[in-house]
Amino acid sequence: MATKKIARVEVKKTYKLFINGAFPRSESGRVFEVTSRKGEFIANPSLASRKDLRDAVTAARAAHSGWSKATAYNRGQILYRIAEMLEGRSEQFASEIALTSDVTPLKAAAIVSESIDRWVWYAGWSDKLQAISGGTNPVAGPYFNFSIAEPQGVIAIASSPSFLTFIDAIAAAVVSGNTTIVLVPGGLSVPAMSFAEVLATSDLPAGVINILTGSLDELAPWAASHMDIDGFDISGIEKKRRGALKEAGAENLKRIHAFDGKLSPTRIQAFMESKTVWHTVGV
Amino acid sequence: MSFYGLVDGSEKSLKTFLGQLSGVDQVGADARAAMLGTRSIKTTSKRWAIDMAISMVDLTTLEGADTPGKVRALCSKAVRPDPTDSTVPSVGAICVYNDMVAIARTQLDAIGGKNIPVAAVSTAFPSGRASMEVKIQDTQDAINAGAAEIDMVIDRGAFLAGNYGLVFDEIVKIREVCGDRAHLKVIFETGELVTYDNVRKASYLAMLAGADFIKTSTGKVAPAATPPVVLVMLEAVRDFYSMTQRRIGVKPAGGIRTTKDAMKQLVLVKETAGEEWLTPQLFRIGASALLNDLLMQRMKIADGYYASPNYVTID
Repeated sequence: MATKKIARVEVKKTYKLFINGAFPRSESGRVFEVTSRKGEFIANPSLASRKDLRDAVTAARAAHSGWSKATAYNRGQILYRIAEMLEGRSEQFASEIALTSDVTPLKAAAIVSESIDRWVWYAGWSDKLQAISGGTNPVAGPYFNFSIAEPQGVIAIASSPSFLTFIDAIAAAVVSGNTTIVLVPGGLSVPAMSFAEVLATSDLPAGVINILTGSLDELAPWAASHMDIDGFDISGIEKKRRGALKEAGAENLKRIHAFDGKLSPTRIQAFMESKTVWHTVGV
Repeated sequence: MSFYGLVDGSEKSLKTFLGQLSGVDQVGADARAAMLGTRSIKTTSKRWAIDMAISMVDLTTLEGADTPGKVRALCSKAVRPDPTDSTVPSVGAICVYNDMVAIARTQLDAIGGKNIPVAAVSTAFPSGRASMEVKIQDTQDAINAGAAEIDMVIDRGAFLAGNYGLVFDEIVKIREVCGDRAHLKVIFETGELVTYDNVRKASYLAMLAGADFIKTSTGKVAPAATPPVVLVMLEAVRDFYSMTQRRIGVKPAGGIRTTKDAMKQLVLVKETAGEEWLTPQLFRIGASALLNDLLMQRMKIADGYYASPNYVTID
């Protein structure tokens, strides 16, 4: 009997959110469509709601104590591990970036390499931050006076649509011990959810990085006013909308910053605060 | 002796009465509770439900590490749950161990909480493993110290062994000790009774013996106040009312931590027992962490943005 080969049916990925180390669908059940430059359908990522944001904040808050108290060495090792996983899947990321944004495959591969290098660059700062941020202060009295740099807490990130800035923003926030909720717009959702799969297999504690795909316009005002978010990176928000977010964040003195993408430890320090301790000099 | 004209208190009459009760359809009860749990409550209804839930909370601390200071702090919270907002109602009661009753009563009286009763857990809580003399003395002590509500545990071992008479007699005796001075709540520890049939039987046993309230759990065993268990108990008080014209209260306790959990309980009450039970006199929620979540939800409704646990007390 002659056998006829049947065309294989491709198994498509269901795009979900990344909250507390798990991949739930949006509580609202909504999705949105991502298409290629030419208008071809690519994926239906989840359209996160403010309830998803709230759940993510709860998860990030719960994760903060463990992640911020982990040793700098341990945090660095986990971030390096993420870089290893990224490297292993670099081709997948390159093809997803080429598919969803306006770049050639060659350029996409370069973006992925650059992103991994930057991630490693940030990871290296984990055990060096204390050296540049803290120190002993001279005081006029019989006291030791120390300033110790500490992570702020829960940081929200409204990411701009490029993969490189997405990676930059997360690395800068988590390396010091903050936990994050990353709001991801449009086509970036596709590589962002693959990045979530990298995180899920890198020994990163649940809740340290939470990724919500959807509309920045819808979610950013809720993140700005949420009393349990301590800082907000609004690099992905257009300039004319930033003022309103800063006003909404004033109630709990939220630190709200936009960054220009320059590599600098000041970006890490932007979401750190200084604890000063006085200690009497012993006899 | 006759109890509501339904049983005479003997082992035989109890076995006959409890034996006639129809079994609980477990799949049906689970599905019904799950279905009622999906109901969406918004805006003005939600605001009403949050205040109702706050006034039903039996604010509880039952730790070995309880100190007089902690109990006093909890009393302050019971009177004014949110010190920045005087429109928040006081809670239903304070629930503490026996030796903390006098401290709680004095503190409440001193800070304007005269109308808030102190509930004491009694009869060798949480295991119930002690002689009858000890259990009676335990209850007597609590009432003398100023407890207006007694939360007694049943002897689950005796119940599971089928000694209904023993369990019944214990409740009757504690009822006598309480007299007119204290309300009696009977705790089943439904997590240890295992089946819904047992929960239904225990509910009738306690109601016949003179309980004012039936309560799911001690809070020391999981699972505790799951919605289907509360559903079965609410059905029991509803049917008991149609038999005897007496309304018995229900108190779920343990595992109710979020506003959403509390809303689900209120929906269960309304749809099962009826609106008459939507009052702190007939429905209480035993909880500690729940109150903070209710307050945070209340802040969210008032302010329009999400609240943070930094703005409520650490208990």
